[in-house]
Amino acid sequence: MVGDGSVPVAEDPGRRRRVHGMLKLYYGLNEEGKAPEQPESLDPCDINGPHFDPELYLNKLRRECSLTELMDQETCMVRQIRSLDSDMQTLVYENYNKFISATDTIRKMKNDFKKMEDEMDCLSANMAAITEFSARISGTLQDQHAQITKLSGVHTLLRKLQFLFELPARLNKCLELQAYAQAVNTHRRARCVLQQYSHLPSFKGIQDDCHAIMDKLAQELRQKFRDGGSSAKDLSECVELLLQLDEPAEELCDKFLSHARSRLESDLQGLEAEIRPYPSTSATKDASVHGLSSTTAPGSPADGSPKNSSLPSPASNTDILEFIDRGCNEFVSSLCLVITSYQELFINHAQKGELASKNIPQMANGKLHVFVDDLAARYFMLVERRIQEEKGVGDNSLLVRALDRFHRRLQAVAKLLPGSAVPNKGTEIVIRAATERVKQYLSALQSFYMDSLTDVRQALATPRLSVAGTSVAGPASGRDAPTSLPELLSSLSASILNQIKSVLASVHLFTAKDITFSNKPYFKGEFCSQGVRESLVVSFIKFVCQSSRQFCETAGDKGGSTPPALLLLLSRLCLDYETSTISYILTLTDEQFLVQHHSPVTPVTTLCAEAREAAQKLLNHYVKVQGLIISQMLRKSVETRDWVNTIEPRNVRAVMKRVVEDTTSIDVQVGLLYEEGVRKAHSSDSSKRTFSVYSSSRQQARYAASYTPSAPMDTNLLSNIHKLFSERIDIFSSVEFNKVSVMTGIIKISLKTFLECVRLRTFGRYGLQQIQVDCHYLQMYLWRFVSDENLVHFLLDEIVGSAAHRCLDPAPMEQSVIEVICERG
Amino acid sequence: MEDDAPVIYGLEFQARALTAQTAETDAVRFLVGTQSLKFDNQIHIIDFDDENNIINKNVLLHQAGEIWHIGASPADKAVLTTCYNKSESHCFLLSVAPFAASLCSSFFSSDSRVVSCAAVWRMPSDWETGSHESPDESAHNPQTLELLCHLDDSTHGNAACVLWEPMGDGKRVISLADNHALLWDLQESSTQATVSSTATLEGKGQLKFTSGKWSPHHNCSQLATANDTAIRGWDLRTMSQIYCIENAHGQLVRDLDFNPNRQYYLASCGDDCKVKFWDVRSVQEPVKTLEEHSHWVWSVRYNHSHDQLVLTASSDSRLILSNMVSISSEPFGHLVDDEELSEGEELHQEDKGKEPLKDSVVSTYEEHEDSVYAAEWSSADPWLFASLSYDGRLVINRVPRALKYRILL
Repeated sequence: MVGDGSVPVAEDPGRRRRVHGMLKLYYGLNEEGKAPEQPESLDPCDINGPHFDPELYLNKLRRECSLTELMDQETCMVRQIRSLDSDMQTLVYENYNKFISATDTIRKMKNDFKKMEDEMDCLSANMAAITEFSARISGTLQDQHAQITKLSGVHTLLRKLQFLFELPARLNKCLELQAYAQAVNTHRRARCVLQQYSHLPSFKGIQDDCHAIMDKLAQELRQKFRDGGSSAKDLSECVELLLQLDEPAEELCDKFLSHARSRLESDLQGLEAEIRPYPSTSATKDASVHGLSSTTAPGSPADGSPKNSSLPSPASNTDILEFIDRGCNEFVSSLCLVITSYQELFINHAQKGELASKNIPQMANGKLHVFVDDLAARYFMLVERRIQEEKGVGDNSLLVRALDRFHRRLQAVAKLLPGSAVPNKGTEIVIRAATERVKQYLSALQSFYMDSLTDVRQALATPRLSVAGTSVAGPASGRDAPTSLPELLSSLSASILNQIKSVLASVHLFTAKDITFSNKPYFKGEFCSQGVRESLVVSFIKFVCQSSRQFCETAGDKGGSTPPALLLLLSRLCLDYETSTISYILTLTDEQFLVQHHSPVTPVTTLCAEAREAAQKLLNHYVKVQGLIISQMLRKSVETRDWVNTIEPRNVRAVMKRVVEDTTSIDVQVGLLYEEGVRKAHSSDSSKRTFSVYSSSRQQARYAASYTPSAPMDTNLLSNIHKLFSERIDIFSSVEFNKVSVMTGIIKISLKTFLECVRLRTFGRYGLQQIQVDCHYLQMYLWRFVSDENLVHFLLDEIVGSAAHRCLDPAPMEQSVIEVICERG
Repeated sequence: MEDDAPVIYGLEFQARALTAQTAETDAVRFLVGTQSLKFDNQIHIIDFDDENNIINKNVLLHQAGEIWHIGASPADKAVLTTCYNKSESHCFLLSVAPFAASLCSSFFSSDSRVVSCAAVWRMPSDWETGSHESPDESAHNPQTLELLCHLDDSTHGNAACVLWEPMGDGKRVISLADNHALLWDLQESSTQATVSSTATLEGKGQLKFTSGKWSPHHNCSQLATANDTAIRGWDLRTMSQIYCIENAHGQLVRDLDFNPNRQYYLASCGDDCKVKFWDVRSVQEPVKTLEEHSHWVWSVRYNHSHDQLVLTASSDSRLILSNMVSISSEPFGHLVDDEELSEGEELHQEDKGKEPLKDSVVSTYEEHEDSVYAAEWSSADPWLFASLSYDGRLVINRVPRALKYRILL
């Protein structure tokens, strides 16, 4: 059984696969008994395992199973063996059939190949025949083919020739139709050929014709170019064509530029016509412009500001913004157009073409620069002239906007023409205009200041006049006039400050963010520090101080031309400036303009010192003027009287009352603006003081002086000793900024004059007594004004002493009588 | 050092009039006229001994009245003029003893009158010898001036000052009286005076000459006068006005002086506390203005030799010496003629060029305690000057040595 099973396995490998499993099951592992993949089959009792041991199996069965079971096992085993045998038979049969059919197929194939071989032989024979035929046909057609080729060549040539022969006509036609571009294009195509065959007479003829035509064409182009009526685009086309016609580029550049120039110049003339400081040059042209613009003039904004309309210049019938607008729109934009087309034509274009080799771009560029610079210079000149006419300071924004526009438009030129000096020059103009404007503002401020001073002067003059007319009473007139002094002062300083602020605001426009030129280094730095701070603000403050000082110098000597109240007011103004206003203004400026102090600027302290100096000078001058007014009264009263023959005094002289009244009114006036100041403590009975020195020691010493021989240093001992102990009095000395000091100064001046005048006169007895009365009266009233009453005492002592000395009959009046007279008066 | 200290001399009377004795060129000598209404007025002749720093004085009586102005003849040492006041009802007082002064008062009548007069005087010939022998005696018995002639004309008013012809022969004087300028010829050794010509200032109001100066230039044919605030120039040949500086000063003009070396330059001073220097060819603006004093300036004097040195006296009791180099005749320092220039001097000349002098106040003298009405340079020593204050104090000072040497070398 085991031996049988091995035959069919080797016999049919095709079927083996299908039945492999089954056979394997049956036979176990005959050929591949060492199959390790079946570990379970190690059991020798497994009938399907490879290690099946029939003995063991049988023994096992015998040991384990009963007979019936063995019987059953045996039948089952027989049945299985039978089925296996039938399966094996079926397999053998099947495989046999297949062998049979395969053999048949091979036999059939063998037959087919044989047939195919025959057909192939036939084909190769046919091919050989075809080749032979083809070779034969080619041989026959060879001649004809060459002929055809030649004919077609001739045809092409003939067409070319025809083109050439037709060229003149065609060109003419183009010329007629003004299709210059086409003509040039056509001619260019033919040119080389004509050139090459020009030795043949017929071609020569054509070439000549063409030349003639092209010359004509060039002529026509040039004509067109010259006429200038055409647009820039036409023009550039013209130039392009001419360039292609081998016109010399330089000449073309020149022509192009000169043509452009003529148009730009007409723009410039239009602009010039709007400026008319020289009406004679363009009078006729102006007439029309004037006619047009005069209708709009009255309504134009430039005439709106009062400053402008007050100007006699007729130039402001278009405002500067309009002017610049026109300049930008007409001149600058055409200039830009010219530059672009020029660059397109001569520079960019040339760089591509064969012209580049001839250095044309450089040449053209140079020409362009010269051209632009020249025209721009003229434009700038006009703009500057126009800007210079812009004198009114009413509306700065207009100018700034105009300048901004001007500057902005020039940036376009800068972009087009990178190396050009034009934008820089434009910036310079803007800078100049700005500095000029700052100057104008300064002068406007100055004139404003002077105007306000005139107003103040009038305000000071009017109430005084009216009061003087109505009442004779001195104190009333003195009190009425200056009531408005503090108001005047505050309104004056407020209006000046406002004016400064508004000017700063106007100037500030120059540095506004949206203005193109504001980020130029000049406007960031120098304009702020040098321009605005120094030449505007600082200059104005200096001007204020300066003009104040001038009040002291020019008007001073006569004393009448500047009202003293104005001096006082200005002095206070300067003092206020010193204490607060200057630093306020400068801080304001610095804040507004973010001044970066690159260059040294005037420090606040210098200005303050200057203002203080001016205030001091004014106040000194005020003291001097008031002192002189009173002095004048006293002097006249002393000089015009006959002191020798005068009657016994019964009254205080009117002039003394007047002096006291005036002094009182001055006191009130000064008190309105200046603080009281400190004075030395009064003695308990200031007004009652008698002239002790005069009446006692000194007077007696003088008159008791014996007629002793003179010896150095022995006379007037007492008076000299007296003077040793009193301080030297400076009469016209500087005063402090307070009322008492001012009053002291005025009284010193007055009394010293009184003294000097007394010394020049000779007195009778009653003359001396009158002086005594007068001095006592002054004593009663003046002590209260001064810082140190001893000063008044001393000077009055001196006056009475001198009068006594100059008296022919020195019999002083009784003190009690004097007092009675004075009190009665 | 020591001799730079000022020398002070006191008069017992108040005084305004001071002059240098112009004809005296050897001794430093000043004449002072006193002002006293009660006693006999005097003329003090002050001699200054520079070497010993000593003052010698002699007193002459001037009994005519109080002296307002004094002028010394440029030719004769002994001749002088005074302007004086006399009160007419009062003339007897001149002869009474000083102690009687207080008694006299009762004699004054209510119509007494004070008039100003001018006269030419001669000093007694032996005043000098007398003083040296016995100073005490001369003081007790002062000699009296000898009157040569009156310079009075009844038709003309009060004399303000009398001017001698500068550098003349002592034959011509000008007196200024109210609004008249009178040119006098002195004859018969000055004993007789006749008016040779007059000029009158016409105008509104009461015009009055306050002071004047005879120009030493132009052959002494020009006079400058001051009235109120104006300065006028006069041509003496025609007695007509040649220039006028209106409002030369803000207030009264007190004094004038001509630059001795620059013929068109004139200094003036006045009640506006200023000293102004004028070029009379263009009178619109002063060439220079000084404002150093703190009260009226009463006197201005150019140094006779070195015209950069200007002396001003003021009622602020100060005397100021200024060095006005820029408008002097030697603006670049002392110009030495080539022939005078020795080798040594040449070196100094170079030194000078390095540091040019500037206009400046040289010094302020504060020895006075009352108003200083007069200041004069010595005619003998160009570095000495005297000043007189109202209290009768005469101070003699010197130009500081440093400046002196800078000017000289």
